[in-house]
Amino acid sequence: MNAPGGLFIEALAVRAGDKELLKPFSLRVDRGEILGVIGPAGSGKSTLLRVLNRLVDLDDGLSVSGTVQLDGANILGPEVDVPSVRKRIGIVFSVQVPLPMSIYDNLAFGPRLAGVTDPGGLGTLMEESLRAAYLWDEVEDRLREPASNLSGGQQQRMCLARTLMLRPEVLLLDEPCSGLDPISTAKIEEALQGLKKRMAVILVTNNVKQASRVADKTAFLLMGELVECGPTQDLFTNPKHKRTEEYITGRFG
Amino acid sequence: MMGRFFIALSALCCAVIVAMTAFVLGDIAYFGWEKLTLSFLLAAPEQGMAAGGIFPAIFGTFFLVLIMTVAVIPLGVMTAVYLNEYAPKHSRLVQWVRLAIANLSGVPAIVFGLFGLGFFIDFVGKGMDAAFFGSRLVFGQPAILWAALTLALLTLPTVVVATEEALRAIPDSHREVAYSLGATRLQMVRRVVLPQAIGGILTGGILAVSRGAGEVAPILFTGAAYFLPYLPKKLNDQFMELGYHIYVMATQSPDVEATKPILYSTVFVLLALTFVLNFTAIWVRSRIRRRLRLAK
Repeated sequence: MNAPGGLFIEALAVRAGDKELLKPFSLRVDRGEILGVIGPAGSGKSTLLRVLNRLVDLDDGLSVSGTVQLDGANILGPEVDVPSVRKRIGIVFSVQVPLPMSIYDNLAFGPRLAGVTDPGGLGTLMEESLRAAYLWDEVEDRLREPASNLSGGQQQRMCLARTLMLRPEVLLLDEPCSGLDPISTAKIEEALQGLKKRMAVILVTNNVKQASRVADKTAFLLMGELVECGPTQDLFTNPKHKRTEEYITGRFG
Repeated sequence: MMGRFFIALSALCCAVIVAMTAFVLGDIAYFGWEKLTLSFLLAAPEQGMAAGGIFPAIFGTFFLVLIMTVAVIPLGVMTAVYLNEYAPKHSRLVQWVRLAIANLSGVPAIVFGLFGLGFFIDFVGKGMDAAFFGSRLVFGQPAILWAALTLALLTLPTVVVATEEALRAIPDSHREVAYSLGATRLQMVRRVVLPQAIGGILTGGILAVSRGAGEVAPILFTGAAYFLPYLPKKLNDQFMELGYHIYVMATQSPDVEATKPILYSTVFVLLALTFVLNFTAIWVRSRIRRRLRLAK
């Protein structure tokens, strides 16, 4: 049913013992669009991303049900090769985590795991990824420097580029701009507009305005429940639920 | 009033400790310095240890510690990596292994010596002789290999604990980044965890070496010789060792008075060796701590 490169979430639910972290819901996001996910802290936004990247496998005591289809195959299936799912569905975390090595080695980390080591190929891929993350001009001459020399905003864009090095089909972003200055935020938002042409993007954000600026579709999560999801403009101008309206107008959350 | 009393009391305690250390070091340096020449370090003992040097003991100590290191580092590092990276957190097995390691570090050294005699020599060594050498006596006797392996067991907790400490200092976010980029667990350990833990592993290794170099009890029954006219060349040779040599000179020498200056110098050499190793470990560790602080 879904277009190539799209992600089709069906009846997905996550429980931790008796507690429902995510109540069953369905959602789809296609290549060429950005799905914004908004909601107050603790509403399950990050859990959702961790499920999609299978990082949830590292968490103790969580049980996941439902299916998530990428190109028609369920990535939650038991026989799935998890590392290859993670290469196809990349994630950028809310706190920038440069690995303690050079910018070059950070970027080459993913491809090298997959066995790509020739400098020519890595170089081409690096320029492409850094340009897409709006960082190329700033680091072009300093790729051999430790990544910790970069500013916070640059580090976050490097993390984005590091994820892009694997040419993922789906890009997950977990509050990528929290703690960044407005200029870095603007650069990342601009980068996403270019990236969505090549992949499906899910942007989790605490910043309602950011979702309204960037997202094509927006989903509102509240305490593990998908309250509503629709084209961003509709959701912001004409929300179907009272709770959505209250949240986006800032009356709670 | 009480406060001042306790401050004075703890200052006194510190002073006593410093004074004792200074006295021991000063005494050894004063009496040991005189005999300490290059030829003393490079010659073999003569005339029932009343003359000559201590080269075989220095050589034996280095050889012993080298084999011990080769055995203990991989075993200790792999144990720590398993406990910290592979085993399910809070599992029964992990708790038992940690408890066993903690207890291992509390076992008296002489018990390790007896264990080495019973397990390595009588069980493993004799078993090897029966299986491969037609019961000819090859490995079923005290040898540098068995002494080194016994010391490796003794120093295993040091390496495991130091490595685990280093592994715990690595933020989980680094592991998640590696996984999120498609790393398998082995790739994550090899490319993210071990490179960052290398300093802690090194520190543990050096501490193990400095501890191992000074222990006498574990090698007493497992391979150390009173006197040997040759240097150990094979793994099943016996050997002379500094700590054991000190014990022998102090208690077994035919002429205790005559060996006294040599005894002092030997103690001086052994202390210098372990101090250098300890200071290296401290230096390496502080460098790594500084680097970690800068990275954060």
